[in-house]
Formats: sequence, C-alpha cells, structure tokens
Amino acid sequence: MDEIITLNQGSGGRQTLKLIDGVFRKYFGMPEPLTDSAIIKDAGGTITFTTDSYVVDPIFFPGGNIGRLAICGTVNDLAVSGAVPKYISAAFIIEEGLPLKDLIAIVESMAGEAEKAGVRIVTGDTKVVEKGKCDKLFITTSGTGILDPSREHISRGEKIKQGDKIIINGPVGNHALAVLGARNKLSFTTPVVSDCASLNGLTGRIMEESKGILFMRDLTRGGLAAVLNELAGMIRMGIRIDEASVPVDEPVRGICEMLGFDPLYLANEGKLIVVTESSEAQKVLDIMRSVTSGKKAAIIGEVILDKKNLVTLDTSVGGKRILDMPSGTQLPRIC
Amino acid sequence: MMKYIDEYRDKKLISGLADLIARSVRQKYIFMEVCGGHTNAIHRFGISALIPDCIRLISGPGCPVCVTGKSFIDKAVAILKLENIIIATFGDLIRVPGSASSLEKERSSGSDIRIVLSALEALEIAKLNPEKKIVFPGIGFETTAPGTAVVIKLAEKDHIGNFFLLNAHKVMPPAMEAIIRDGTNIDGFICPGHVAAITGSSIFNFIPEKYNLGCCVTGFEPADLMQSILMLVRQKNNNSPKVEIQYNRAVTETGNLLAQKNLSEVFEPCDDCWRGFGVIPDSGMKLQKKYEKFDADKVFSPVISYTEDDGSCICGEILRGIKSPADCPLFATVCVPENPTGACMVSNEGTCNTWFRYKING
Repeated sequence: MDEIITLNQGSGGRQTLKLIDGVFRKYFGMPEPLTDSAIIKDAGGTITFTTDSYVVDPIFFPGGNIGRLAICGTVNDLAVSGAVPKYISAAFIIEEGLPLKDLIAIVESMAGEAEKAGVRIVTGDTKVVEKGKCDKLFITTSGTGILDPSREHISRGEKIKQGDKIIINGPVGNHALAVLGARNKLSFTTPVVSDCASLNGLTGRIMEESKGILFMRDLTRGGLAAVLNELAGMIRMGIRIDEASVPVDEPVRGICEMLGFDPLYLANEGKLIVVTESSEAQKVLDIMRSVTSGKKAAIIGEVILDKKNLVTLDTSVGGKRILDMPSGTQLPRIC
Repeated sequence: MMKYIDEYRDKKLISGLADLIARSVRQKYIFMEVCGGHTNAIHRFGISALIPDCIRLISGPGCPVCVTGKSFIDKAVAILKLENIIIATFGDLIRVPGSASSLEKERSSGSDIRIVLSALEALEIAKLNPEKKIVFPGIGFETTAPGTAVVIKLAEKDHIGNFFLLNAHKVMPPAMEAIIRDGTNIDGFICPGHVAAITGSSIFNFIPEKYNLGCCVTGFEPADLMQSILMLVRQKNNNSPKVEIQYNRAVTETGNLLAQKNLSEVFEPCDDCWRGFGVIPDSGMKLQKKYEKFDADKVFSPVISYTEDDGSCICGEILRGIKSPADCPLFATVCVPENPTGACMVSNEGTCNTWFRYKING
C-alpha cells in the first residue's frame, strides 16, 4: 500500500465517503446509515452524540470565525438529527505564536453563540504545538443532545416516500465564498458574508408545529449536491430539483459565474434541507420563513421513484441534467 | 438581474428558439463544438433536452487540459525534483495523470505547488520569492496565450530572472482541419467564441471555403447555443456554408488587435503534439528566441522517459469526435473524476468529466 492521503479525501464528496468506508467504518464497525449524530439509547432515555473538527483558513472571515463555526456546526449536527442540543466539549490545538487577543476573541464568540443556541460548553482541552506543526488554531467540538424517541426516524429519513417535498432554509454558497474572499485569493473584494448560524431554533419550531418532518440535514462541505445525493442513496429513491427555485444571492451567482463554481456544490454553515410530507410543505415553509435563519426558505424539489437513485435537475432554462455527487477538491479547509 | 447573463437564460426566449429549431429540421445533423466552455454549458444547462433527437452535438478537442499530453505532466514532475522549484498552475492541471505521477500526488508528497487564476499571479509569486524558481505551466488556446505573452513581456521588462514558462499553448484552426481531414462525420462547427474574440472570426474562413462546412461563432449562454444551432441548421438546409457570428456582442471579423500583437511579439508558430492526434503542423506556439531564457524546457531540460498512452483509454478518439464516453469500457467504472485514467475525465471542460457529472443515464 503506497497510497497517501490527498486533500480530495477531505472534501466531503465521493472520496471522503470512500475513506470513511474503507478505513474508519472498517475498523470501528459503525452501523448503517451514517448520520450526522449517533443515536444512543440508554436506560435514562435517548441521546445523540456528534463530533467535528474545524481547520478553516483563515480563522477570521466575514460573518464569523473558527470558534463560532465550531459551535454552530456541532449544534446543527445535533439539531438536524431531531435532537435538542445540550452539552458541548471544545478541544483546542494552538500553534505557538497565536496572538492571545485572537484566542480571546474566538473563545468569546463561542460563548456568545453557545448562549444564543441554549447549549453549555462543559469540558475542554488545550494543546500547544511548535510553529509550523498546525496552522494557527484547530478546534474540535463534540456535543450531545436529547432526542424525543418519536423523532428517531428524522436523521435516517426512513419514512420518506414518493412525492414528499424538499425545502431549503435560504440561499446557498455564501460561506464558501466568504472564506475564499477572506483568503485574499480573489483579485476583487466581495460583499459576501458567511451564513454561519445555529439552526436549533428553526428545527425546534418546525418539529413542534408539524408532525410531517421526515428528514433534516445541514448543507456543509459538498453543499446541497452532496447532501441530496447522500439522501437519494440512503432512501433508495430519486430526487428532482427545480434549479430556478434554489435561492442563490446575486453576488454569489456573479462570483460563481466568474470563477466557474456551481453554488449547489459550495459549503454552507447555516443551511439545511427539510423533507416533509407534501400536505405539510406549505405550513412548514411558512414557519421557516417566520424565523430569522429561514427568511428566504423555498420549496426546491421532491422525492421521486428512480431505480438509479439519481438526483436530477430541471435547469433554469428548461433543460434537464443530473446533479452528481461532488468529486475531488472543491475548496480545501472551508470549515 | 445579472446583465449579460440573465437575458441569455430567459426561459421564454429559449423555448421560442427550441420551437424554431424543431420546425426547421429536415434531416439528421451532427454539429461539433470545439470549446470546452461550450461542452460544459451544453451539459450544464441540459441543452440536449431542448433540441430534437435528429440533432447530435459532439465534442471536439476544445479542452486545453485534455489535449495536453502525458509528457507535459511528466516534464512538470521532473522539474519539481530539482532544487527550489515552485510550480504555479491553473487548478485544472493538478489532477491530470502523467505516466507515473500527477502534480496533485507530488503536492501531497511535499512539493510546492500553488494554484493560480492567471499567469500574472504566478509572476507575483516569483517577485515575492526571489530565492525560488517559479514555473508556470502555460496551457490553453488563443484565449489564455495573450495573458501569458503579456506576463513574459512584463518579466523581461522588470528583469525577473526566476520566472519560467513550461509552454504548451496551442492554436485551434489546425486541429479543426485535422478533424475534417480525419473524415469525422460532421455538418458544421459551433466555433469557440472566446478564441474568436481574440483572433477574429476570419480564422475559420477556410472551413466553408475549403471544406464546404458551416461555422457559427458562438457565445456561452444557453440562448447563444440555441440560436447558433438554429443558424447551423439553416446553413445546412440552404446548403450555404459560411462563417456566421452569433456571439456578436464579443466577436468581430478582425478580433482584438492588441492581443494579437502581444501574441506575435512573444510567440511563433511551431508543430505541436496533441493528445489523440499526434503532431499537428503549425498548431503550437513557441517562445521566440529573444525570450528563450524564460523557457522552462530549455532552462531545466527535464528528462522524461516517454511512454505512449496505454491503449485502454479512448480519450484520443473522443477528442477527435469519433467516439463518445459511453463507448469507453473504462468510463464511470475505472475512470472517474477522482481517479482519471485519461485527461478528458479531469477538467470541468473535458468531455468525459462533463458526461459523468451532468448526463442523464450517462
């Protein structure tokens, strides 16, 4: 075996799945399907448990920083599995030389975001490594939440059937382009701000007010395209998306046109899709639109029967194509 | 509303064009696009669902990454083994397989490879790292070559001694002629709009004059492509092949004279090797003698053991429009974007890559 790890294996697409399957799942023996949080049933009830590492470059970007991202990301992984997020751990790997004021600014915003999301940071760890052994700051957060047993189906999507609607809570692509812009990699400045936000307020509301929530997943690395493909594979159905109804902010569209990115593949940090029964879709959409993080929510497509489990796109000009799983490096170190 | 974009993606306009095309067709038509940007746009917008089955769109050698031979990557890899080298490259190139390695694999093993969006950015890296030697792999047609030419002139003017061009710039018309002579069955060319914006549409005049085939210089939005298909259908129906400019918001008959001047001051024509075609006379551009000191090939003399492409991949025939990805036993099985066998699977503009990502039932 002379294979080496390349950046592709961290991009959240096909190769990431292969790495998880061929290494982690092989040796750790994780059960199918892989969801954002593990669901653990114990004598005291049902809890969800999740963990994530953050290596975003740069550590400060328009709309957030690595710490806020870490809290939002972990809260969202718990929230989309149907749970109420409760407790979070935070571990810091710090490169020597990091200005203390940067660390304080990051930790302060983590505390602020945790308070907003109603979670408590209860344990943590700190390591400092020599210059060059990590890049400024890496953070790992883990979190637990409490899951109402009647919502266990949500992370697995096992109740989804033909005709169910897919709703998104707002425009896609902002986080990826905000980070890219902050890297000074673009020869122009962009007005794009990361969508980094905790979504447990929104998920809590829709689950309380509708019994028709069949699936939720946040749209991080690999973007909308990756999540839709994972979902189609998991439920062994097809998905049809109407391109024109997927919200994309104008500056994001413009930058994507210029650089050849497809916003449907770009990372987000405050976006999710919700699958609902068709009869509940309008009601859920209205609730989402009444919440700050869902103001621009839209119904973007539906679940269809398809033997190949393809995600197809009705293009905005009336054509048709598939929306495939992303492959290869999109933009490394976006979260 | 995005100007110059949304008006060319208007659903009503496009379905109107689709109706006109459907009412105009009288026979089978095969049109070839020779620009990777067109290949990508056709599949991205799902154009084939908008035109009648009797029109077949096939892809030619329009993706600069795809027509670049393995030996070019091998040279870049060989140069990386020397001391103090930084390769500053367009991102598309890093996954292209050479005979034993790729720039991506070399980067994972610690080589200094940086992604740039322009040759100018590579020159900036050279200025910031005077102790290093910066090699820019120059690929692309008449569209990207003027940018490289300007940067070479800037490097000369500013006495930048650590910037080098590994050159594989090519020109399009000789490859189109090679396809026609090869006997590929086509009824007209969807000509590359951005090439023509630089060169002028007149570079395609030989195609109707010598070979009696229609040409339409085309833009990159769905309405452009639909209108161009309609124009080519009408040319064929009327048996009046000519060079028409559909993309008249960017293209004239004479083109961008300043860009042409830069090209002719820095480069001169040479024979060049195209993947799938072999050597095509006068299809390349080489640096003129006075700029030889920037020529990475001459300065570093990379030693490569030349290997012919293995016979299993049919990239060559796909690039010549003879076969489609579906004809290749490796397509979507062994050859996938994350592990491409041939270059056509690498770039967003490559035919196999585009098919893989966009094509229904592909």
